[in-house]
Amino acid sequence: MARAVTTQRKAINTTLAWAVGLLIFFPILWTILTSFKTEAQAISDPPVFLFFDWTLENYAVVQERSDYMRFLWNSVIIAGGSTILGTIIAIPAAWSMAFVPSRRTKDILLWMLSTKMLPAVGVLYPIYLLFIKLGWLDSRIGLVIVLMLINLPIIVWMLYTYFREIPGEILEAARMDGASLREEILYVLTPMAVPGIASTILLNIILAWNEAFWTLNLTAAKAAPLTAFIASYSSPEGLFYAKLSAASVMAIAPILIMGWFSQKQLVRGLTFGAVK
Amino acid sequence: MATQHSRSAARLMMAPAVFLLLVWMLVPLSMTLWFSFRKYLPLRGGDLGWAGFDNYVRFVTSSAFWPSVMTTLLIVGGVLVVTVVLGVLLAILLDQPMWGQGVVRILVIAPFFVMPTVSALVWKNMFMDPVNGLFAHLWKFFGAEPISWLSEASMQSLIMIVSWQWLPFATLILLTAIQSLDSEQLEAAEMDGAPPLARFFHIILPHLSRAITVVILIQTIFLLSIFAEIFVTTQGSFGTKTLTYLIFQRVLESQNVGLGSAGGVYAIILANIVALFLMRIVGKNLDA
Repeated sequence: MARAVTTQRKAINTTLAWAVGLLIFFPILWTILTSFKTEAQAISDPPVFLFFDWTLENYAVVQERSDYMRFLWNSVIIAGGSTILGTIIAIPAAWSMAFVPSRRTKDILLWMLSTKMLPAVGVLYPIYLLFIKLGWLDSRIGLVIVLMLINLPIIVWMLYTYFREIPGEILEAARMDGASLREEILYVLTPMAVPGIASTILLNIILAWNEAFWTLNLTAAKAAPLTAFIASYSSPEGLFYAKLSAASVMAIAPILIMGWFSQKQLVRGLTFGAVK
Repeated sequence: MATQHSRSAARLMMAPAVFLLLVWMLVPLSMTLWFSFRKYLPLRGGDLGWAGFDNYVRFVTSSAFWPSVMTTLLIVGGVLVVTVVLGVLLAILLDQPMWGQGVVRILVIAPFFVMPTVSALVWKNMFMDPVNGLFAHLWKFFGAEPISWLSEASMQSLIMIVSWQWLPFATLILLTAIQSLDSEQLEAAEMDGAPPLARFFHIILPHLSRAITVVILIQTIFLLSIFAEIFVTTQGSFGTKTLTYLIFQRVLESQNVGLGSAGGVYAIILANIVALFLMRIVGKNLDA
């Protein structure tokens, strides 16, 4: 029998949870509100919450002055490109580890995970040097490749945990019916694997979008994504709160929305299947 | 049973991923190792020859080394305490029956998706600024002197910013773990008259121990290398120079690659010690 919960207790829970939730969300809410204020209202004392003259001017100014669209496009290319490239490489690997496991499968998986533990700063100069040699400094192709390599272990792991849940009997049945390896993958496995692949892609776009070590250190003007665009506001322009807020909202909005859709997969992806 | 044919096919399918990660790991790592034994100053003469263990000794004996280790441990430890304690409480709260649970979850999880440069800048300017920040207004409202957060209480401020970013992660994982708790066990304890605190310490906390361990290990790996938050707030001043930031300064700002690489090797060793524990837990889970 389910636990009987009094309405009163439910009301207390609700109030408390909403209060905490709004408190945690408040910095984001405040940034969104400030982005619609004028600069004077943004720093007014006492602060104004809702009753100000709402304006879209900041968004127009940010776009005009700093060419926001270019940074956005760089972010899209870098996050999207690295994720898609990584997924293409990871799908066959995860497939073979999930369905044709050998004695070494576990070791390979753990080794892949261990490459993720390598602190980026430990290899900063070698990568920097290689980028200069290859002419990749401040180029999108360089960042696509680096971020792909950083996230490849997570992509393989996530796909592996999803693939492992597909019952092997179905594949055997297909094999008995004379399906070739190619047909097996194309007609049996893929339709069952699509949801897992989709959520893997979603989570990794988020991770790549927010990556802020390599994107800050390996770009200058040309290939800089939104992380670097925002960092450029750290001084003196940062004093213009309304514009800083508008720029921030534009940098996080797309990923915030994607993130809310991927919250269920987040746990599995970030704990490498240790918590489901 | 897998046939011989499918086995070799499987190996072939694994090859690209394995090869790429092998190159990604070995090439930069061996370069860092090589540089760490060289006297290498790109802007002041380039590679000036073999240096033995000089860089390793100099990195550890420099006056910035121990403070940076302490700073790193303090930030990692501080953020872990805040996120795990609040995360457990929040997870228990969110697990209770309520109206609008889905929306609250969305609100709580949102900070995790905010890119580090944005959250650092928003906190630095709009909340912690001693003149126009929201905290300054709040302090003045209560008649207190506004605090210049990032210089006077730099570590606390940094821990707070980073905790805000990671609390959703801890909460979400702990919530997932709590939801797998057998509710009949809790009900039985409740019927037997176990008070809430006893239920928490004897049933909920033991059940969460594995999830808490996972949270601690994964966060540690990410927290050991936080960078953007320091880069846009204090730039390593006011006692916020972590090991990662110190190495970054040695390599890119003062262009002492030999010294920075030796520091990098230390950072890699440190991260590997943590990683070892994480791998054990994840590895155990693979067998299950």
